[in-house]
Amino acid sequence: MTTLATTNNNEIKSIENITSLPNSVLLSQGAEAKTYKIDLYGIKCIVKERFVKAYRHPTLDQKISGKRILQEVRSLNKCKKNGIDVPALLLVDVPSNRIYMEYIDGITVKQYLYNCFDQSKETSTTTTQTQTEAHQQQIDICAEIGKQIARIHDLNIVHGDLTTSNMLLRNNSKSNIVFIDFGLSYTSTMTEDKAVDMYVLERAFISTHPNSELLFKEILDSYQKNSPSPKVAKAILDKLDQVRLRGRKKLAFG
Amino acid sequence: MVLVMGFEGSANKLGIGIVGDDGTIISNIRHTYITPPGEGFLPKDTAKHHRSHIIALVQRALKESNLSYKDIDCLAYTKGPGMGPPLRSVAVTVRMLSQLWNKPIVAVNHCIAHIEMGRLITGAQDPTVLYVSGGNTQVISYSLNKYRIFGETIDIAVGNCLDRFARVIQIPNDPSPGYNIEQLARKGKNLVELPYLTKGMDVSFSGILSSIELLAKDKEKMKQYTVEDLCYSLQETLFSMLVETAERAMAHCGQKEILAVGGVGCNERLQQMINQMVSQRDGKSFAIDERYCIDNGAMIAWAGYLMYKDGVTTPLDETTTTQRFRTDQVEVTWRD
Repeated sequence: MTTLATTNNNEIKSIENITSLPNSVLLSQGAEAKTYKIDLYGIKCIVKERFVKAYRHPTLDQKISGKRILQEVRSLNKCKKNGIDVPALLLVDVPSNRIYMEYIDGITVKQYLYNCFDQSKETSTTTTQTQTEAHQQQIDICAEIGKQIARIHDLNIVHGDLTTSNMLLRNNSKSNIVFIDFGLSYTSTMTEDKAVDMYVLERAFISTHPNSELLFKEILDSYQKNSPSPKVAKAILDKLDQVRLRGRKKLAFG
Repeated sequence: MVLVMGFEGSANKLGIGIVGDDGTIISNIRHTYITPPGEGFLPKDTAKHHRSHIIALVQRALKESNLSYKDIDCLAYTKGPGMGPPLRSVAVTVRMLSQLWNKPIVAVNHCIAHIEMGRLITGAQDPTVLYVSGGNTQVISYSLNKYRIFGETIDIAVGNCLDRFARVIQIPNDPSPGYNIEQLARKGKNLVELPYLTKGMDVSFSGILSSIELLAKDKEKMKQYTVEDLCYSLQETLFSMLVETAERAMAHCGQKEILAVGGVGCNERLQQMINQMVSQRDGKSFAIDERYCIDNGAMIAWAGYLMYKDGVTTPLDETTTTQRFRTDQVEVTWRD
C-alpha cells in the first residue's frame, strides 16, 4: 500500500483545522470520525477525521484509531483495484488521522428505502401501479446489495459495519451502490467472519427498516446467486443460521 | 390514584415497590442475596433467599407507605428474562397474593421495566438506551411500537464479566462486585492491553475475561501490575466498547439523547465516559442512581402500570415465567 502523504511534516504540512478551509462543511459525526466536505484545489472531496475520543484512554484511543485508519485505507484500495465501487482515495494524512476521499453525490440506501416505503404507504393519493413500482425498486436494490457484498467477501474483505447508511447511491442511481466507511473492516478468509458480517447487516437492516424480513431475504438470495464462488457463499449463509442462534435470550428451542 | 405493587426477583436482588399512576414512587425496598467472596449466586440458593424474605418485604412495603393491601389495584411481577428458580419463587408468591387479595396481575418484561423507569426518573423523551447489567448488555432504540435491539453482547453480559473477575481476585460481593471493582479501579494507574472487540454494534466480552483471568493468575507478570491496575484496565476497555457502540447507534438513529440503565449503569466512570462522548457530539446524557438503576420493585410496578392502564392484565393460568424473553418481543402500546 502506498501512503500518499508522508509522515514527514516538512514535506506535506498537515492542515491544522479543517473548518478553516474554504467551503468546508461538517457533513456528519459518526461514532468514529467527523466527516467534512471540502474543496481541495477545485475537487469536491470528503475528509474523514478520527478525532480524539475524550472518553477513551489516550493509549487505547491511539491504538484503535491507528489500527482502523490503516484497515480502512487498505480495504478501500483493495476494493477499488478489484472494481468494487468505493470512494477513491485522494490523500492519507496519518499524523492528523485524516483520510481524504472522493465526494460521492447521492443519497444513502437507507433514505432510498424510506422513500420507497413512503411511496408505497400513501394509498389514498397513489395508484396500485406506483405501489408495485416502489416495491419492485426495493427488491432491485436489495438484490444489488447482496451481489456487491458477495463480491467484497470474495476478496476476503469483511466490512465490519454493514448498514444501509453505509451504502450510497452514486447519482441517486439504484444500480450504482457505493460502499463507504471501512473503518471496522479487516481481511479474513473465514466463513465465520463473513457470516457475522452478514449478521451485523441483518440486525441493522431489520431494526432500521421494520417489517423488512422479506427484503432481507432478497439480499441473501442475491448474495448466494451472484457470488463469484457460490459454494463458499452457501457455506457462509449456513453459518449465518448458526450465528443467529447465538444472540442471548432467544427462543432457540421449545 | 391507581396503585401498582411491583415484584422483582430475576437475579440476586429481591425488590418490592409501590408506584402511583402519576409516577410517584411510594415505596421501593430491596433485599440482596450476597454470597461470600469468590462465589457467585446459584439459582437454587437465590430462589431460597427470595422465598424466605418476600413476605416480610411485602409487609414492610405496605407498612412504610401506610397502605393496606386493599389500596393496591394491581400486582406486577417480572416474567423474565432472568434465572428460572428465583423468577418462579416470586411468581408463585404473586399468584398467591392475587388470589388472597383478589387483585389482577400484569406480567412484565424486566428489560422494558428498566427502560421505562429510566425514562420516568430522568424525563428523557426518546433516548438511545444503553442497558448494562449482570445479565444483559444491549443498545436499544424505540421504533414503531417496539424497543429494538441495535447491538448487544454476543456472549456474556458486561456485569457478568465484572462479577466473574471479582471472583478471580477474591473481592467482596458486598454491596456488589461491580461497586468494589469501581473503587479499586480509581487507584489504578497502568493500562494493561486487553482485547477490544466490537462487531458493528455488537460487542464480545468473554475473550477479555479469559485474557484478564490468565493475567491475574500469572505470578510472574503480576509483578508489574497491581490488582488496581487490572480493575482500571478492565473498566476502561469494557466501557470504551460500550460507549463506542452506543455512540454508533446514536449516530445511526440520529438520536441526541442517551440513557444508561441497569446495574452497571450506576458506575460513575461509565457515566463520566458517556458524558464525555455526548459533549463531543452535542447530545444529552441521562443517568440514574443505584436506587433505580439496580433491579428494583418500583420499575416493575411502573412498567406494570403502563400496561395496566392500557387494559392489559395477565390471566392467572398465564402468569408463568421465562428465562428467555427479549426486549423486542414486547408490543409497546403506551408510546407513539
